[in-house]
Amino acid sequence: MAEYPNRRDVVRTLLEDRGELMVIAGLGASAWDITAIGDTPRNLPLWGGMGGAAMMGLGLALAQPSAKVLVITGDGEMLMALGAMATIAVQRPKNLSIVVLDNEHYSETGNQETATKHGVDLAAMARGAGLSRARTLTTLEEVPALRAEIHAATGTIFAVQKIAPGNLPLVLPPRDGAILQARFREALLGPAAHHQL
Amino acid sequence: MDRDKLEMRPDAAAGWPDHIYAALKANGITQVALVPDAGHSRLIKRCLADNEMTVVTLTTEEEGVALLCGAWLGGVKGVLLMQSSGVGNCINMLSLSHIHRTPLPMIVTMRGDFAEFNPAQIPMGQATQAVLEAMGTIVHRADRAEDVAETVDATLRLAFNTFRPAATLLGQRLIGAKTFGKD
Repeated sequence: MAEYPNRRDVVRTLLEDRGELMVIAGLGASAWDITAIGDTPRNLPLWGGMGGAAMMGLGLALAQPSAKVLVITGDGEMLMALGAMATIAVQRPKNLSIVVLDNEHYSETGNQETATKHGVDLAAMARGAGLSRARTLTTLEEVPALRAEIHAATGTIFAVQKIAPGNLPLVLPPRDGAILQARFREALLGPAAHHQL
Repeated sequence: MDRDKLEMRPDAAAGWPDHIYAALKANGITQVALVPDAGHSRLIKRCLADNEMTVVTLTTEEEGVALLCGAWLGGVKGVLLMQSSGVGNCINMLSLSHIHRTPLPMIVTMRGDFAEFNPAQIPMGQATQAVLEAMGTIVHRADRAEDVAETVDATLRLAFNTFRPAATLLGQRLIGAKTFGKD
């Protein structure tokens, strides 16, 4: 079997010509990945709240139906939020996409195996919840079509992208969550973001 | 035994759930995250009937913390409705509100409180305020109907004016203790 793609190649392809795409990344490697591709106010890399990335994406997508929202997170983070699949599937906003980078390991903590290593199928679980488009990708060649689908924003997307295990060099985003939130809100809402009552 | 009647505390004549709804409207709340509780049932009905409100029913309360952090990213004000047991499910996720300085109002119906019947409700009910405060949440209690409107309004204002988690605990003395038909 051919090796799964490098996670940063996947994220680079996903974020090509991203335009005004608003991106939330789960804590750990996914946050380093979006930062390695290019830190921008339209990135919200999480430093905590494991299991919260997809739900944060849902809150944003419901709040701003005209914004396109992409959540990029890992298999370990998504496994902590299986119930969120149900919550999201009931709401299923058109402008929300969730991409799980699945290396079948907790790469930040010593490469322990996750449940997906043992056959747990996140895409099947998402389909079971009602996200009918959920699917698993195994090659980099499939990513441009996924990227186009994200920008088309015609229905909630849930994609599991299998990636090679192993850690890449750390590329750390700003660590102050207040700055991350404020710059993201300003990019989306303009200066009025700071004057809202 | 009439199951519906038992689950429908507070009784239909109580006005304070409507006062909470009015406070949500006055403060511009449009996203309502909840795990249902009998004490919130009347308020939940009001929110579901409101076309300006998006009601998101959660599978666990911590989802609501993340959801409302996302809503605020999009410039929308939300509230989290839950029972005291659900506070325990939120503990680590409350970090997000802290580190991002996200307004996060919570309205919590108490169990394991005044005249509780069920032993299983006591541990989390008695720990609810301490847990919230340990995670940096400003907590106000309302135990009398006449205090509800003011207390909820204060919680909403604190959350949105000072960018932090804040909670109103609605005491079991106010809501009525669930008796499982034993009263």
